[in-house]
Amino acid sequence: MQQLLNGIFIGSIYALFAIGFTLVFGILDQLNLAHPAVFAVAAFVGIELVEVAGLSIWVALPIVLLVGALLGVLIEWVAFRPLRGRPDAHFAGLISSIALGGIFIALLQARYGPDTRRFPADSFPDERYTIAGAQVTLLQVAILVISIVLMVVLTLLVRRSRLGRGMRAIAENPTAATVLGINVSRIRTSTFALSSALGAVAGALFAMNVNSAQLGMGSAIELKGLAVIIVGGMGSLSGALVGGLALGLAEVFAVQYVGSSWRDMVAFGLLFLILLVRPQGLFGARRVREV
Amino acid sequence: MRKSLTTLALVSTAALALAACGGGTSEGDATASSSGGASSAAGGGGTGDDCTLSDPVKVGAALSLTGAAGSYGTSQKKGLELAAEDLKAKKGVTYDLKIEDDATDPKQGITVFEGFVDNGTNVIIGPTLSNTAFQAQPIAQEGKTPVLAISNTATGITAQGDYIFRDSLTEAQVIPQTIAKAKEKYSLKKVVVMYSQDDAFTKSGFEVIEGALKKEGVENAKTLSFSKADTDFRALLTEAKGLNPDAIVVSGLIEAAIPLVTQARELGITAPIIGGNGFNNPRLMKDAGAAAEGVVVGAAWNSASSNEENTKFMADFKAKNGAGPDQFAAQAYTGMLLIDHAVRAKCSAERDDIKAGLGAIKDLKTPLGTISINKDRDAEHDAVVQVVKDGAFTVLK
Repeated sequence: MQQLLNGIFIGSIYALFAIGFTLVFGILDQLNLAHPAVFAVAAFVGIELVEVAGLSIWVALPIVLLVGALLGVLIEWVAFRPLRGRPDAHFAGLISSIALGGIFIALLQARYGPDTRRFPADSFPDERYTIAGAQVTLLQVAILVISIVLMVVLTLLVRRSRLGRGMRAIAENPTAATVLGINVSRIRTSTFALSSALGAVAGALFAMNVNSAQLGMGSAIELKGLAVIIVGGMGSLSGALVGGLALGLAEVFAVQYVGSSWRDMVAFGLLFLILLVRPQGLFGARRVREV
Repeated sequence: MRKSLTTLALVSTAALALAACGGGTSEGDATASSSGGASSAAGGGGTGDDCTLSDPVKVGAALSLTGAAGSYGTSQKKGLELAAEDLKAKKGVTYDLKIEDDATDPKQGITVFEGFVDNGTNVIIGPTLSNTAFQAQPIAQEGKTPVLAISNTATGITAQGDYIFRDSLTEAQVIPQTIAKAKEKYSLKKVVVMYSQDDAFTKSGFEVIEGALKKEGVENAKTLSFSKADTDFRALLTEAKGLNPDAIVVSGLIEAAIPLVTQARELGITAPIIGGNGFNNPRLMKDAGAAAEGVVVGAAWNSASSNEENTKFMADFKAKNGAGPDQFAAQAYTGMLLIDHAVRAKCSAERDDIKAGLGAIKDLKTPLGTISINKDRDAEHDAVVQVVKDGAFTVLK
């Protein structure tokens, strides 16, 4: 029971991170590799807000969300927009986003040094519950709720809003969308902003959850995020959610039943198997409609 | 482009030539000082406390003042500087202490060591990290210059050559004492061992833990490994909790220690957590808060040690630096005391005489306790087993 909960909590953070990843991919067909850097930056910014500015965590999180959105806009403007329309725009964007991510991390190191940082010990009320013999902290419950709420909001946004309609149109066919009078540039920027905002919240939550924020935390989760979106089906939001939870659970149960040394191998081995059996991913609808 | 390349080539040739000249002259110096003889300034009159040397003894320290280990190196620097001042009061022998930064980079450590060996430095202190030591020490060994390691705890440091000594206790010395003490205190029967498997330092710590447990007759119910980049230990800890151990013994770095301890307490694990050297860091209490209470850590030094030398060291350090010392400063300070003892033993600053002097140290009273250098050129003294109580390391009695 405890392990199940452990898996769900860590999985929900993977999912939140991966959804940001997959959003950009599903709509714009581009992989934004600065996403892990946003994850790390957000954690450090969140800590700064709580520790230095003395804000409560509930004020700090929305600010982190905004900072993430701004970073997303920046990523689109700096790493993707100048390269648009080139024949190799996909790969160029991939590389330039790696570069920008590297710059973010370097700035972070210049500002905070290489040391691990954390949220102050009392920044979150230390309440614990026992559910069916398993220990759960209020923080973990909050993380799960925040993740689910953000995912639901995002899904509604994509399904129902004007912006969402625009996004889906671009995902279908960017040229046609332009012809129909949709402002493609603006929607691209909004997509990046949304994506990075989610990544940012995931970063801050992760740092709180494990009581540790390191410069390399983004690259540690990057591969997992990629694995999650591939297993979930590239571009599928619900796929990323299920994929994230599946990876979290696979890791936890690998520890329980196979041995801790084999954790990554078992988790990634499972993902590989899924790919063999269902190349389009669990929820991938084979390019019919993304998002 | 072609022109700039030519210029570059010219400039670098010139630089090489200059460097070669520099190397040549200083090598000359080194031979002069190490060939010694009656006329050499390195020898002097008297022995022990009466020893007088006309020229200062050249001590070169390679410390990590910047980079990842910067905080350790800075602390060591303060310890060395204080020791040099205190030793001045002893009269007869003065020390010309030169501290260079290795920037936590083995390559720079090598350069600094080469500089010391070539410019006739009598004895080298450092470097801060074992990692750098393994790469830089062979240069001193080859140049027959004694090295005193003041913070390295990895196995094999002194095995690199007969000119390499150390005053820092190894994990292999501290962990068995910690486990023996903890067993006595908490009557341990069954423990779970956790370690990070992808780090040489913590892996060797794990091997020592296993040996010590076997020797003490404590059962290791399960070994759980993690990676040094891991920050989420809940799955492992849940597994450990299920086995209901009397204690959890961990070999990991401070980066892992803090989340591990926090998450263990979150999951309701109340058994003591016994850590290796990586846990011996005030950040444990600062960052893990109340969760750190009851963590047991073995150490080479504790500020609460009440021997006379330590009391004096604590007071002097506080007076000079405003804040209290840590273990790195204490080991650095002690390092200078050992060197002083070695120099005075034969009343000579010759490299080979210092080497012989260091090797002969027996029952010397220092802030770390009573130190002897064993045949492997490692220091031996009692470890202090500490437990976190009210947010501070206190001696476990």
